[in-house]
Amino acid sequence: MKAAIVHFPGTNRERDMAIALRQASGQRPQMVWHRETELPLGLDLVVLPGGFSYGDYLRCGAMAAQSPVMGAVRDFAAKGGHVLGVCNGFQMLTEAGLLPGALLRNASLRFLAMDCTMKVERADTAYTRHFQPGQRFKATMAHGDGNYFADDATIERLEGENRVVFRYDDENLNGSRNAIAGICSENGRVLGLMPHPENCVDPIVGGEDGLPLFLSLAESFAEAG
Amino acid sequence: MTKLKVTVFPKAGVLDPQGKAIERALGNLGFAGVGEVRVGKVMVVEVNEADPAKARALGEDMARRLLANTVIESFTVEAA
Repeated sequence: MKAAIVHFPGTNRERDMAIALRQASGQRPQMVWHRETELPLGLDLVVLPGGFSYGDYLRCGAMAAQSPVMGAVRDFAAKGGHVLGVCNGFQMLTEAGLLPGALLRNASLRFLAMDCTMKVERADTAYTRHFQPGQRFKATMAHGDGNYFADDATIERLEGENRVVFRYDDENLNGSRNAIAGICSENGRVLGLMPHPENCVDPIVGGEDGLPLFLSLAESFAEAG
Repeated sequence: MTKLKVTVFPKAGVLDPQGKAIERALGNLGFAGVGEVRVGKVMVVEVNEADPAKARALGEDMARRLLANTVIESFTVEAA
């Protein structure tokens, strides 16, 4: 698997993401700085990791969505490339128009730093084939703005097209519509989610519940060759 | 130079938890009869354009592309 992780000023989960990708695939992902205007050639996957890019100025992910590298990320997605956005990366994907909706301030106004349980709604994507449909797993939440919002028509379309990939299962703490934790693009290749599966890949730091996501990617792209 | 005032607010129907919290806090302070509170933001942008209509059009373009997220926010642009 050839993966690249894009980092921005204020990104802080790029190393966790690199460890998770490497652990699952045996290959070290490339790091790409936000000022680059091109991505490395031959990539299978581009990751927009979590953090607080540009200090969350204006709106979370808004400045990153306008940064030089995002033109290349958009082109990559338009050509059918796989793009994973986690937490701040999910916010960037919505701000860049690569996924519908927006992430609002948590309904409780509290920054949520805790574990949550997610339910897998789709096990047929390149990201989720190592999960069972309906499987519940633990992931870490660390966000102030994870309250997924879209208008009624968009929610209806997402549900109708089976594009909700992950849902909060125990409690919908941030107030997301339909308890949405992660959604994908029409072709299933752009995925955004708020919780951090990359922080659950090692038993010594809280378990391996997030590992299937990375094993799924490694397997999907090993086959692709 | 023209100064533009761009005002951005959450759209009607979009939850505004900050507004709700302020609403409650005003009640706690003893302000009776406080209705809905909405929190938005105001940005003042200087543009190198003397013509007011052109300056406003420029501000609206900026708001649509960056200053507001029209999925969740509405905006107005006026001379500051």
